[in-house]
Amino acid sequence: MLNRLSISQLAALLDRREVSAREILAACLERIERVDGRLHAFLSYDAADALAQAQAADQALAGGITHRQKPLLGIPVGIKDVIAVRDQPLNCGSRILGHYVSPYSATVIDKLQEAGAVVFGRLNMDEFAMGSSTENSAFGVTRNPWDLTRIPGGSSGGSAAAVSAAECIAALGSDTGGSIRQPAALCGCVGLKPTYGRVSRYGLTAFASSLDQIGPFGRETRDAATVLGVISGHDPRDSTSVPAPVPDYEAALQKPVKGLKLGLPREYMIGGLDAEVGRAVQAAVKHFKGLGAEMVEVSLPHTEYAVATYYIVATAEASANLARFDGIRYGARVDGTDPTDLYCKTRGAGFGAEVKRRIILGAYVLSSGYHDAYYLRAQKVRTLIRRDFLEAFEKVDAIITPTSPTAAFKIGEKTDDPLQMYLSDIFTISCNLAGICGLSLPCGFTAAPKLPIGLQLLGKPFGEETILQLAHAYEQSTSWHKEQPPEL
Amino acid sequence: MPGNFDVQYVARLARVGLTPAEEEKFGAQLSNVLGYIEKLNQLDVSGIEPTAHAVPLVNVARADEVRPSLSNEEALRNAPAKANGLFLAPKIVE
Repeated sequence: MLNRLSISQLAALLDRREVSAREILAACLERIERVDGRLHAFLSYDAADALAQAQAADQALAGGITHRQKPLLGIPVGIKDVIAVRDQPLNCGSRILGHYVSPYSATVIDKLQEAGAVVFGRLNMDEFAMGSSTENSAFGVTRNPWDLTRIPGGSSGGSAAAVSAAECIAALGSDTGGSIRQPAALCGCVGLKPTYGRVSRYGLTAFASSLDQIGPFGRETRDAATVLGVISGHDPRDSTSVPAPVPDYEAALQKPVKGLKLGLPREYMIGGLDAEVGRAVQAAVKHFKGLGAEMVEVSLPHTEYAVATYYIVATAEASANLARFDGIRYGARVDGTDPTDLYCKTRGAGFGAEVKRRIILGAYVLSSGYHDAYYLRAQKVRTLIRRDFLEAFEKVDAIITPTSPTAAFKIGEKTDDPLQMYLSDIFTISCNLAGICGLSLPCGFTAAPKLPIGLQLLGKPFGEETILQLAHAYEQSTSWHKEQPPEL
Repeated sequence: MPGNFDVQYVARLARVGLTPAEEEKFGAQLSNVLGYIEKLNQLDVSGIEPTAHAVPLVNVARADEVRPSLSNEEALRNAPAKANGLFLAPKIVE
């Protein structure tokens, strides 16, 4: 079962020549063949291209290259369908891109390949990363590996489901308001949203440019740390990437937790929090105290305004970013009587319901007469939300919260009520508005049905080392992350 | 303000064609969302500077130099209509 091992386990086996990169890939492909018909995490994958990369990795290993030089040599990594990989399809879970094939690769893909990874597959997602359940994909929902009648979370639902179901070793997703952390929580794996500016967005289809970040999924914290180390760093092709040095995230895992201060925001124990989720998070808090961490109550007083702020800022940016999908330069085109008619028809036929709603909402909050009342006001509230976090981080090293107020909900349960769907992002959204980093890791299960519960650790800007260190220490003394979904 | 929300007008501004059924459904759903967003009016934001993004950088510019870029063929690779090395666009002026 090579497909179930961690990156460090596989690296050791590869370096000792006990397995080949081709065997690891074959185990993943065999797993996909067997279960993905029911799971639908992958929209497509190019087995021949993946095999060529695995062969190249085996040649490099035979030539004496080790994982010290190329940390992901021979490791299969799946990619969310919003990140460009040269000569591979890119649809963003949407019909509007037609038969689009990427003419270039995202910087994160170049970095993965330089590190020796076998980059393969297009992982399902909510259309243009807009959603919390993967139900907004134009190509059908992904199912939760723990219960096929439930959603895997979103928007990176395919990435989380594929990693949890051991169809690949690690995956990349993107997170604009929780789209990595929430599906990681609901599928029972580790997902990390880096600080804004930590990872290049070049080659990531833009949804909300001031909030989007690419980040890793893994089945344990160390895997997320390894991938983060590879994809991080300044990129001259992304003017918002920050020229800060990339620390050794794996080395940070060894640091002791004793003496670290963890903040418990009093505003996060809200009415809508499921009782079992609340208990699991309380137990995790107790566990961290046992590890020697100090608990400090903090206040994030503007928490209740985060969802409203987000749905103004994110939709405004989306309405501008998605203007490029007009049927002229790429994708599907529906002809019309004049250019405006062509645009309306192309976009009317190409976008799904949630994307249309968000573009319309975004156009409205930016429109003449409403800009100041909505968009400018939201940007000011964003300042207050960011300030809350920066003040809290003067007292604590990290903040501990639930990732999602409930475990995975049923497919179809919230599709007709967008506002209820938006409110399920309450714990993850502030992190993007504030520009800080966050990680979700498994911290328990609901009783019946057995569904994963996620714990969120929020860190200071560029404080990824601290949240990884905390998550790793928690994993070393618990076994939640070792639980596997039932046989599919 | 949600009372003034004219979904047909805004959809036209955003160049998104809607069916009559979508107009009705989205109009109701978005009025509901706008009602929720009104929450922000409870806050006093006078004197607060807006945040456009959280990155500690300003005016990032690269050196103005020629660098390799996509070839004409690659740039046109996904075009729905093309001719003579150009995107074929609908007629704008009669």
